Parts: sequence; C-alpha cells; structure tokens
Amino acid sequence: MHELSVTESILEIASRHAKQAEAIKVTDIHIVLGRLSSIVDDSVQFYWDIISENTLCSGAKLHFKRIPAMLLCLNCQYEYQLEGELMPCPKCGSPQVKVTTGEEFWLDSIEIER
Amino acid sequence: MSPEKVAVVEKILSANDQVAQLNRARLETKNIFSINIMASPGAGKTSVIMRTIQNLQNTIKIGVIEGDTAPVTIDADKITQAGVPAIQINTGGDCHLDAVMLASGLEQFPLSDIDLLIVENVGNLICPVAFQLGTHLNVLIASIPEGDDKPYKYPAMYRGVDILIINKIDLLPYIDFNMDYFLQGVRMLNPELVSFPLSCKTGEGVKSWTEWLLQRVRQNSHPKE
Repeated sequence: MHELSVTESILEIASRHAKQAEAIKVTDIHIVLGRLSSIVDDSVQFYWDIISENTLCSGAKLHFKRIPAMLLCLNCQYEYQLEGELMPCPKCGSPQVKVTTGEEFWLDSIEIER
Repeated sequence: MSPEKVAVVEKILSANDQVAQLNRARLETKNIFSINIMASPGAGKTSVIMRTIQNLQNTIKIGVIEGDTAPVTIDADKITQAGVPAIQINTGGDCHLDAVMLASGLEQFPLSDIDLLIVENVGNLICPVAFQLGTHLNVLIASIPEGDDKPYKYPAMYRGVDILIINKIDLLPYIDFNMDYFLQGVRMLNPELVSFPLSCKTGEGVKSWTEWLLQRVRQNSHPKE
C-alpha cells in the first residue's frame, strides 16, 4: 500500500534527470524491481497515470524489469530461485543460504525527447 | 525525432534514505539511542514498549514516538500514564512511517531529556521495512499466534531487521507453532539476527531483552542525569 509514495519518488527522480538533460518530454521510464522489494507494479502504474498528469513525464510508459530472488547454498554452492515459499537448498537440503539478488529497486534510465 | 536514453541509476527511495541520515545525525548530536519497532497489528508492540519502560525507566530516560494511521491516542495515552514522554504521529491512513514523518516528530519532541527513543511503527509486515527512519536498530516483533510461517511469507521484513522479539511464548502449549521451522526460515533470510523469545503477559524473557537494550544504550552514550 505504499505505492503512492513510491510513485511520487519515481516522478521526482525522472523529472529531475529530464530537466538536467533539457528534455521537453519523457517517453519511457525503466525501473528495476527485485521480487523481494514488495512493490505491486500494477498499483504504481495506476497512480502514475494520475500523478504524472501535466508534468514533463505525462504519458510516459513505465517498464519494469523484474529481478528474481536468488538463493546461494553456502554448503554446496548451488544457486536456486526463490519462487513461492522459501525453501532450503533443493540439492543438499541445507538451510544455510544467502540471498544474492531480489532486493533491487531503482530507476535505471529514462527516454526523453529534446 | 527519436527518443534519447538517459542513464539514471538512482535508488527510488533515496530521498527517504537521505532524510533518515539527517534524523540519525540529529539523534546522535543529542546522544540518543533509538529503535524502530515493527510488527503486524496485535503482535504486542505497545506491550513490549510498556514492559521495556517498566524495566528501564528508573535507570535511563525514555521517550516514545507512536505511529498510527488514525488519530486514536490509546497507545500514546498508556505510555504517558506510565510517566514517559510520548507523542503520536498520525500517518493520515498511510501504511508506514517514513523518515520525513519521523523528522517532524523529532521537531516536537523534548530530545534533550532522553537517552532512548522508541519509535512504534504502524502495524504492518510489508511496508515499514522499505522506509528507513534513521534509528540505530530495526526491531521486529513476531508473536506465536501469528503462526510459524511468517518468515516464509514475508521474507523482506525478516531480511530488513536487526533484532527479532518473539512475543507471547506463554501461548506455545496451546498453538501449533513449530519453533524449529520458524527459526529455520529466520536463519535462511537473516543469519545474524539476534532474537529474544519472551512473554509480555508473564514477564518471562523480558529481562534478557531489556538488559541487552540497556547495554546498547550505554555503549552509545552516558545516560543523562
């Protein structure tokens, strides 16, 4: 439910970089989103259409690159994807694992017209 | 005219993180140790705070900032009655506290008078962990009736905290809660997490938590007279 404040941050960051680049319009925004970052991208899109109105970013398309959550087994070094429920290593059964990806949440790039 | 790509690579919550750093600096100038307490609704955040006050208020000076989604002052009133300064931040329906809300709470708070600031976040297992407040520790309270599967269902929350309090252990005989399964999930996500099983009802285990906390407060500063 915190997608509104997240969407406001996206607008602030995109607008700031667009102004620096002297853009007249932002057409696309690329966001990197890890599975563990607990953001619902549909909600972000919903708020985006409302709050970006009458800004440099009005009508810009949001693209989400989703990064899976990966776990590395510290016992046998097997790397596996966290899908659904958290599981110990499927190869050796060890619960000694490390989360290697999935917490990403950043604005990667924007596409602009000058 | 073809669109042109501009690299940005900026964390989306970086503005919040910057304000969180300012909060931390402000607390450190005043020699205050601070903790951010998060949990689902009903896990016992206020009860843990009340027990902590009870055990420590003769030794150090404590203050509490309460985050609530609505202007209901039940929690803040309980704390004020215990003789501890408390203010409430009303998030206006928002599901979490953020660094800006805490900054405005700090504005209103008598910071010169306290050694330990306890921030009670909004009851929610998803959103609060994404918003750093600038406190020294993020504390999660889990409770036995919530079930042993919570680390498996809310991995981000268990990843993002420094301390885990397991509350309501007096209910273990009545509830199917497999502690080994629960702790396995916790260790997979956050192997360094320090945990304190306790019961606010019976008082069991509370002392280990408050003594540990007292030690951290003392490492941070010399308690104020």
